[in-house]
Amino acid sequence: MSKIKAENVNVYYGSKQALFDVSIDIAEKEVTALIGPSGCGKSTFLRCLNRMNDVIEICRVEGSIKMDNLELNSRKLDVVRLRENVGMVFQKPNPFPKTIYENVAYGPTIHGIAQSKEEMDQIVETSLKKAALWNEVKDRLDEIGTGLSGGQQQRLCIARAISVSPEVILMDEPCSALDPIATAQIEELIDDLKKEVTIVIVTHSMSQAARVSQKTGFFHLGKLIEFGPTDKIFKNPDNQQTQDYITGRFG
Amino acid sequence: MNLILVTFIILLAFTSYYFGRKKALVIQSSQRLTALPKFYGYYLAAWCAAPALIIFALWSVFEPSIVKTFILQDYTDQNLTKNELQLIYTKVKALAAGTYTGNITNFLDESANKYIQLKGIANSAKVAIILAILIFSLSFAYRSVQKNDRMREPVEIFLKWVLFVASLGAVLVTIGIVFSLLFEAIRFFQAVKIFDFIFGTHWYPAKTFVRDGQPDPELMKDAFGAVPLFAGTFFIAFIAMCVAIPIGLLSGIYLSEYAGRGVRKYAKPIIEILAGIPTVVYGFFAALTVGPFVKEIGNAMGLEVSAESALAAGAVMGVMIIPFISSLSDDVMTAVPQNLRDGSYAMGATKSETVKKVIFPAALPGIVGSILLAVSRAVGETMIVVMASGLAANLTMNPLESTSTITAQIVVILIGDQQFGDPKTQSAFALGISLFIVTLLLNVIALSVVKKYREKYE
Repeated sequence: MSKIKAENVNVYYGSKQALFDVSIDIAEKEVTALIGPSGCGKSTFLRCLNRMNDVIEICRVEGSIKMDNLELNSRKLDVVRLRENVGMVFQKPNPFPKTIYENVAYGPTIHGIAQSKEEMDQIVETSLKKAALWNEVKDRLDEIGTGLSGGQQQRLCIARAISVSPEVILMDEPCSALDPIATAQIEELIDDLKKEVTIVIVTHSMSQAARVSQKTGFFHLGKLIEFGPTDKIFKNPDNQQTQDYITGRFG
Repeated sequence: MNLILVTFIILLAFTSYYFGRKKALVIQSSQRLTALPKFYGYYLAAWCAAPALIIFALWSVFEPSIVKTFILQDYTDQNLTKNELQLIYTKVKALAAGTYTGNITNFLDESANKYIQLKGIANSAKVAIILAILIFSLSFAYRSVQKNDRMREPVEIFLKWVLFVASLGAVLVTIGIVFSLLFEAIRFFQAVKIFDFIFGTHWYPAKTFVRDGQPDPELMKDAFGAVPLFAGTFFIAFIAMCVAIPIGLLSGIYLSEYAGRGVRKYAKPIIEILAGIPTVVYGFFAALTVGPFVKEIGNAMGLEVSAESALAAGAVMGVMIIPFISSLSDDVMTAVPQNLRDGSYAMGATKSETVKKVIFPAALPGIVGSILLAVSRAVGETMIVVMASGLAANLTMNPLESTSTITAQIVVILIGDQQFGDPKTQSAFALGISLFIVTLLLNVIALSVVKKYREKYE
């Protein structure tokens, strides 16, 4: 079942076009991986899905992106409500310089989700458990989040993202700043999360895409070259460019 | 004479630089250089200028006192006090320069001739010695250039010493100023008890003025109570911060988070111009515009308002301080990493929530630091208070009355005629050192706050 349907998306940074007519169907409760060489537009596309491109003054998005029949690329869209539904995890772990508890409670607070302190405690605990971080930090929730290790920080960011129970989580190279063990933990986590949420992950690592995703899209020079089931993309791609990239001939 | 000598040394140093470089190029044709050719030039120039200039400086420092000793030797049998000897020496110098107008005794005349003679000898000796040193050090350096010794290390060591001497000078001057403050303050506290100074509530130094002899100790006890000044200083600084902190912080937040690039490009320099306006201009703005304005408004509301009110001075001082706070807090908030902003926006936070919950707390140490720096600036501000808040040291907490500050009182004490040994004059040093201690404490606190939070947040 399709969760997000993008049609003919074009993105411009000033006069430079970054995405060309991208159309893609992202299925619900699956992991969709976007791969491609640096500067190919995969992160730009990801940022269209929660309107993070709004932050960049010179950025302009054209085309239609629908989530459950709601047009995302519209002036009338309530961006705050959208971002409550579409969480994001960034390349570099970016916990706030606050306590672990406050980091997770940030989203529920600004969206007024918890009615009482007990409810908030419950949300924080559940989110940290889902992010597989609870056992490591349950005794030091009032320590500063930036004091954790890189992998723990990234899981804290994931806990922060799922604290508002989003339907979609976008991940922008979430493991590129982490060591192999932390990476394995995050990948395991992604596998667990997909039971409840739709995940779109941008990654540089093709083995990661192959491990975690059900669908894969290959971007090159701002165009979506090929999109399909991960198995097919990695074993038997239709397109020669995809074949070359997968086998490491360029990129 | 001295000017010619120094110019000569410097010109010679420049010449030897070019000479050294050229020599290096000659050496290059036959053997490998130990450094770039310019180092050969620096080496020669340093050896040329440094020893000669050092000797010149030492000579200039010690020559006058040596000459003085020689002149005053003739007067040792007359049993004169130190001050009288000093007076004689001044007369001798004036006579030698032809500007003496008093009675010329034979004895003085003789001394003056001796002075001129000594000066002449000293001058010739100086020139001779410096020329000798120049020849010696240049030939030593030249030999070493000819042998193609290692050039880079000596030049680097020389530069290190030049930098060391420069910073040593700055440190010594600071220590000197602090000690001169301290010693005069100690002399003041011999006349006035430190307890009376710190806890006394009457500041009226003019009371102690007597034409001759010592002032009455009872009067002294009640004339130098600094409490009204401390209170006034902090009161006016407080009013200033009430104006500067809200406006400065809000404009800092606007500039760093809300303003587009176009607005920021023009608004920031304009706000910073405020910091460049001389404080005396703020002073007459406060005294001639804001003061009467406050008085009129107060009178219209039926309040008793002094024309020189703490409110006017404090408000204008606050305006003066706005750019410190706004510019510094803008800088620290701009320096908060973009990924924290992204993280907050991606959670669905609005701009104001992001500012309030993420950016501001992350930038807090820098903001606190900038506020404390601004406070120490407000405490040390003089001109606005002198011009706009009067000079009478009232102990009051009413912003509509006139009050005075430590700095303004230092001005009052030191303008006009004063005797140096007088406690009234020395009280300026006591005030100065208390001000110094207060601002030093503020700066230390500011730095430690910044450091503590930085450790916590990074």
